[in-house]
Amino acid sequence: MRRLLHALLAVTVATAAAAAQGRGGAAPQGTPPTPPPPTARASAPIDLTGYWVSVVTEDWRWRMVTPPKGDYASIPINAEARKTGDGWDPAQDEASGNACKAYGAPGLMRIPGRLHITWQDDTTLKVETDAGIQTRLLHFGEWKSTGPATRQGDTAAVWEMRPPRGAEPPPRFGSLRTTTTRLTPGYLRRNGVPYSDKTTLTEHWDLLRHPGGDQWLVITTIVEDPTYLARTWITSLNFKKEPDGARWDPTPCLAK
Amino acid sequence: MGSDAVPGQVSAMMNARPRPSPTRGPISLCCFAAVLTLGPALPAQAQSQVQAAQAAQQGQTVDFSGTWANRVHEDWVERAPGPHIGDYMGLPINDEARAVADTYQVSMQNMPERQCILYTSQYIVMGPQNLRIEQDLDPVSGGVRAFRLSGTVDRPPRTIWMDARAHPSPNSPHSAAGFTTAEWQGTMLVARTTHLKAGLVWRNGVPHSDQATMTEYYTRHGSVLTVTMILEDPVYWEEPFIRNASFELDPATRVLPEPCEPQVEIPRAAGEVPHYLPGANPYLREVAEMYKLPLEAVRGGAATTYPEYAKRLRTSYAPPDRCPVYCCGGTGQAAQNDNKASCRVDAPPAPASATPAR
Repeated sequence: MRRLLHALLAVTVATAAAAAQGRGGAAPQGTPPTPPPPTARASAPIDLTGYWVSVVTEDWRWRMVTPPKGDYASIPINAEARKTGDGWDPAQDEASGNACKAYGAPGLMRIPGRLHITWQDDTTLKVETDAGIQTRLLHFGEWKSTGPATRQGDTAAVWEMRPPRGAEPPPRFGSLRTTTTRLTPGYLRRNGVPYSDKTTLTEHWDLLRHPGGDQWLVITTIVEDPTYLARTWITSLNFKKEPDGARWDPTPCLAK
Repeated sequence: MGSDAVPGQVSAMMNARPRPSPTRGPISLCCFAAVLTLGPALPAQAQSQVQAAQAAQQGQTVDFSGTWANRVHEDWVERAPGPHIGDYMGLPINDEARAVADTYQVSMQNMPERQCILYTSQYIVMGPQNLRIEQDLDPVSGGVRAFRLSGTVDRPPRTIWMDARAHPSPNSPHSAAGFTTAEWQGTMLVARTTHLKAGLVWRNGVPHSDQATMTEYYTRHGSVLTVTMILEDPVYWEEPFIRNASFELDPATRVLPEPCEPQVEIPRAAGEVPHYLPGANPYLREVAEMYKLPLEAVRGGAATTYPEYAKRLRTSYAPPDRCPVYCCGGTGQAAQNDNKASCRVDAPPAPASATPAR
């Protein structure tokens, strides 16, 4: 019996190997060259485009209003951050043209508002916010910035998905991972909790299809800052899909 | 951490694929090959085993098992020491829920007969506790039959069934854990829970009913696990309530055990039940006064969770000059409840007025 099974296994393995060669083996002479890999836009496993509204069911008192000076609850800051935060002066920020310090990438998505996500081109997702009228660009593939650090920084984007097995169709599920660096200093919270120019922001963008029909975008956000954080700050944000931009309401930055 | 997210995930995917055991491997593979070749000639039992193995291989894509440390980096005040009485901020509740919560008195919790009543499964995203997840593997197919989630302190242990079993009859008993089944959407686990007992959402009396159901989305990115819960309750909630909790894989994390032994903490006369009659709770305005917020804002409701409400507040809101309480909570910067800590700079809040809230 054992011999029979081993023989059967050998036959099956050989058959599978032959089939694999037929699918992915060396191309015979005269066949057309392999087409280029699909663009980021074409290979997107999930569709993040459209209008999204933040639904503030978490950290309400720290997001819907500017919290009092010195309120650092929940953020794993260090002593240096506290010292800097204790000196927060929104009037001075406004006067010096820094009213948007809370609207840099690490803090921007926590401010209640709407996102408008579109493809700027085949390799760049554009994320606009009506709160503070900011624009983030998420770059796929080989992209390198040459300019100075900015409020929204440089963001590299990668689709994360289970690779299709064999002849499986392209996956309908996956996630977007973005990594943002080269940021100018700003605030994690509108009451002046600081982040530095050494900050790295990692975000995982997941699409949730709720049985009721709603679509939710959940962004798991990981902030690392050796200057002001004692450890990584991990939070998650909810956005609900809206049918259109009827409620899009661009509003300038507010320092307080 | 961000840079190792992908390798971690890929590694999890690799580990998650069912593998034959060293002793049974060749035989199992042979059987699998035989089925491919011979198909209908095999007995039905062998075919179903192979089908189960195939389903398991196609299905499970991420291994969630391990010990996960809860990072309470949002709502530390509400999730660790607990929310203020009357603080319903960010909760899309209705008037019925407010009416119930307004009668709540914390002393209810230390009555011996109530001390061991567990929070319901939604507390996974509302509480501060850590989490242990184990896989229950099918010994034949190697597929995941269920995920077992640890109970801890005041949260019940749970089973998330992965074998496509049906939910019980609507008339079946409800429990704190409820009944949960799940399926994969790519690398995301989507779990559906019914048969929950009525329970507390916040530790200040905000309720959910026994008609509540919840959908959870488990996503793992490297060493970070995000659990998103959507609670739906036709009795007490105006809109689906969405919340997240973030955990980090940490084998050194302690998951506190769940056994509970009730004892008398405050002697009371027989039959005495701590409570406030409707309209008589004197503390409902305390949190609004402490943070100079309009009372309607702290009373919750779906409309208060959207950006339009933030814009309304912006025109009139002026925060207190300094943070009044728990200012360094969860930061690691000060003793968490020490009023003398440098993060708390002023006197405790003034006594609340006795005027009933809406």
